[in-house]
Amino acid sequence: MPLNFALLAVLAAIASGLLPLACAKSNRAIKLLAFPLLGLAGLCGIIGGGLALLSGTSHRLILPVGLPWLHTHLLLDPLSGFFMVLVGLVTLVTAVYGPAYVREYERGPQPLLPLTVFTGLFIVGMDLVLLAADAFTFMIGWELMSVSAYLLVTYQHQHERNRSAAFIYLLMSHIGALLILLGYGVLAGFADSFDFARMAAAQLPLGWGSAAFLLALVGFGLKAGLVPLHVWLPEAHPAAPSHVSALMSGVMLKVAVYGFIRFTFDLLGNPHWSWGLIVLFIGSISAILGVLYALMQHDLKRLLAYHSVENIGIIYIGLGLSLIFAGTGHPALAALGLIAALYHCLNHALFKSLLFFGAGVILQQSREHDLEKMGGLIRRMPVTAGCFLVGCISISALPPFNGFVSEWLTFQAALQSSVLSNNILGALIPVAAAVLALTGALAAACFVKVFGVCFLGLPRSERAAAACETTLGPRLGQIFLALLCLLFGVLPTWTVAQLENIARLFFSSGMPEATAHGWLWLTPVSSEVASYGAPLVLLGIALAWLLTWLWLHPRRRRFPVRIGPAWDCGFGPLNARMQYTATAFTMPIRRIFRPVWPITEEHQAPSAENPGGRYRLRVGDWAWLKIYQPIGRLLLGSARRLAMIQGGNIRAYLAYSFFTLLFLLLVVSL
Amino acid sequence: MNGWLLAIVQTGLLIAAAPFLAGWVKWVKCRLQSRQGPPPWQPYRDLHRLFGKEVVVAAVASPIFRSAPYLIFSVTALACSVVPLVAIGLPTTAIADVIVLVGFFALGRFFLALAGMDIGTSFGGMGASREMTIASLAEPAMLLGVFTLAMTVHSTNLASMISYLLENPFQLYPSFVFAAMGMVLVAVAETGRIPIDNPATHLELTMVHEAMILEYSGRHLALMEWAAMLKLMIYSVLLVNLFCPWGLVVDYTPPALLQGLLVVTVKVLLLGTILAFAETALAKMRLFRVPQYLALAFILCLLGILSHVILEVN
Repeated sequence: MPLNFALLAVLAAIASGLLPLACAKSNRAIKLLAFPLLGLAGLCGIIGGGLALLSGTSHRLILPVGLPWLHTHLLLDPLSGFFMVLVGLVTLVTAVYGPAYVREYERGPQPLLPLTVFTGLFIVGMDLVLLAADAFTFMIGWELMSVSAYLLVTYQHQHERNRSAAFIYLLMSHIGALLILLGYGVLAGFADSFDFARMAAAQLPLGWGSAAFLLALVGFGLKAGLVPLHVWLPEAHPAAPSHVSALMSGVMLKVAVYGFIRFTFDLLGNPHWSWGLIVLFIGSISAILGVLYALMQHDLKRLLAYHSVENIGIIYIGLGLSLIFAGTGHPALAALGLIAALYHCLNHALFKSLLFFGAGVILQQSREHDLEKMGGLIRRMPVTAGCFLVGCISISALPPFNGFVSEWLTFQAALQSSVLSNNILGALIPVAAAVLALTGALAAACFVKVFGVCFLGLPRSERAAAACETTLGPRLGQIFLALLCLLFGVLPTWTVAQLENIARLFFSSGMPEATAHGWLWLTPVSSEVASYGAPLVLLGIALAWLLTWLWLHPRRRRFPVRIGPAWDCGFGPLNARMQYTATAFTMPIRRIFRPVWPITEEHQAPSAENPGGRYRLRVGDWAWLKIYQPIGRLLLGSARRLAMIQGGNIRAYLAYSFFTLLFLLLVVSL
Repeated sequence: MNGWLLAIVQTGLLIAAAPFLAGWVKWVKCRLQSRQGPPPWQPYRDLHRLFGKEVVVAAVASPIFRSAPYLIFSVTALACSVVPLVAIGLPTTAIADVIVLVGFFALGRFFLALAGMDIGTSFGGMGASREMTIASLAEPAMLLGVFTLAMTVHSTNLASMISYLLENPFQLYPSFVFAAMGMVLVAVAETGRIPIDNPATHLELTMVHEAMILEYSGRHLALMEWAAMLKLMIYSVLLVNLFCPWGLVVDYTPPALLQGLLVVTVKVLLLGTILAFAETALAKMRLFRVPQYLALAFILCLLGILSHVILEVN
């Protein structure tokens, strides 16, 4: 039954992609066909995946299509069901949000059709990856997802920037796909089959297992955006239309995480603790560098893209802890780490897509993508501002919203490192936890900047001053996601109990203590070690607020609020240019962590011909400068050197053929 | 039921006593500087005066500006209910462990910084930027200190941490010494005292907390000020009860409770006196020296973890 819903989701997504081809002339018909079907796909995905997750059962199906010797194997177990729910949730909101958002593309130079067709195929690709139970189907789904995402990023191809962003994305995702293919190759070599069930049953020696693990780490890491493989992310996300960015950042990165979990925990099995250490290290680096780079960005969507790098880093910290505990024989703690990572997947899918949808509304209404030109939007678009604020609080890991719960669980997993007999691990894991704490605190600073500069204060440009609230669809979509952020923040016990179904697939014990004390209390290890009563926190804040309000009520009647001008130090009216800018806000952090970024700064003091003065700040990316550009130069240089053999001289070519023939004869004769 | 009642009384006591601690520190400081100084109960008069004044709100203020004082005060008050003041094992302490407590402060700070940026004056943005920078360095140091304690006592619940220390025979853990030093440094930074921030100044070059609440007046300002005093109180109680837990009561009989209250009062006032001495002896630090100060706190807490792993794990 759950699998039928999942298949229905795939079919609906295919229909949403292909049916509009029949009526390519009318934008109205395209929208009327594509988006409701997309919503249906999302809804079926939620139901199918949700049923599999809640019941904790696995459903298999073998379709007699595919390669002659390999039928298509499909599997819906709690793990794929969970990710199916994530894809479904964001797809559903996209279907509600999209029709109003694509209106601006109807007036643009592109036809609407490619956008809807490839969005549909994109969802199909992601669902197929999740349902696949053999390497062949997996790779087909993976490529469908990658290529349609490329075509979505390059949708507005009149801008040179978008074309190059899309090309980088395509290049990197294909290198990733190649590595994943090699990883499956190693597994298939030992299992003698492409079927996941046979792969999982095969036992690999440690050397080959580690090789396969590294291939998977880099291959899936390229798609997930781990540092230093993240460089496509901040280019591709701003280029894509906002609802596609939400899908890419919210769920496509999660599909990569799913691939990594499926590969490492399920197919490889028996992880070695050193793998966990590698994952923990890369995760910590990604988390801290992601947030530090995000702090310096002024393009809203680029900033959010760097935050995706950060959050993927946090997810990998959880996975790394889980692998370490699993490799040292602590299955209950390994389950805790895995659940923390999965919970963060859910949370990131919710708040990041919420933030991208919000960014899309801002972009559409104010036509500004630069933070330095926004300001005061909360007065013009209160609903979007409220939802965006929820997203900001959630991503900054503040209680009682959802981002806090998963980081708290990760902290709890890290604090159990004293059970490890290896002292070096015992000392390194708390340091990783401290990095996580630094990441969370910097993320809060970054989102104070984003919300403060974008929504509060005075408008910094005329377009920002003229922006107005969006239509009903986008508003509903954002409110839905904001409510889910609160819900999953307040009901962590229930959520963890469901996620335990996934952990039981790999670690039979699960975490019996976590939910033993009723729905109010989350006690990951035991109630003596740590407890968090999220509903009570919300209730407590509300109660304290109510009491304060009631207590001050008589005074409110006696001394009503008087509205006056802001205090201007007696120097005349304030204007928008006197406010702190986003650049100014992060200046202290820029100064403290100076070597982290390649920075070029230009000042020009005010002079007679240039009374305003000028200040220009460019923040690059070391990964780009120190890794990718040298590789690019090396490739081009060696290609140029190799080109020498193409002299254009026919005698030379004949000589090549002759010597090749001689060489081959020699090889054959030996 | 008894526990819940006691928890509510204890929370109320903490909230009510917070202005006295702030006044006490000020009074001792004035005495040390050979000034007469306002009496320790002066903050109560100040709060009373502010509550009885008209509120002026800037025309451009958004709902965030008007709700922030209530939210910040509520969150800090909730944080008070989590901290064991006189007795341990109260039901409210299970709501949140010490990581959640740090999260409460972060939530309050988030809205404080947003409120500072709401009006669009340079002071607000400046204060918000500085506060978030300092906090982003102080928070990890704080958590690392907490982790050091948590790894020794195998818990992050404040009640379990303290009862572990009370039940086991006294031992001088080297990790505790480092963590205590680190957390004292962090507490000074987080509560905005000299040498990080000066609560008595309104000089634009130096102010952090005051810059953010510059636009507030009347009862809004009173709530903001009170929340800041609560924060000082919570940090003081936390420090004395974590590192010197003797005197906390486990059985809830009136004489024991009274004795516990007396002990904790003496401990907190003593800590306040030490703070006043430190504030008199030290000068405020330049803003860009603060990272070095907090890096020291971080390194101390890290040393705490390392010495725990190397020396204390067997």
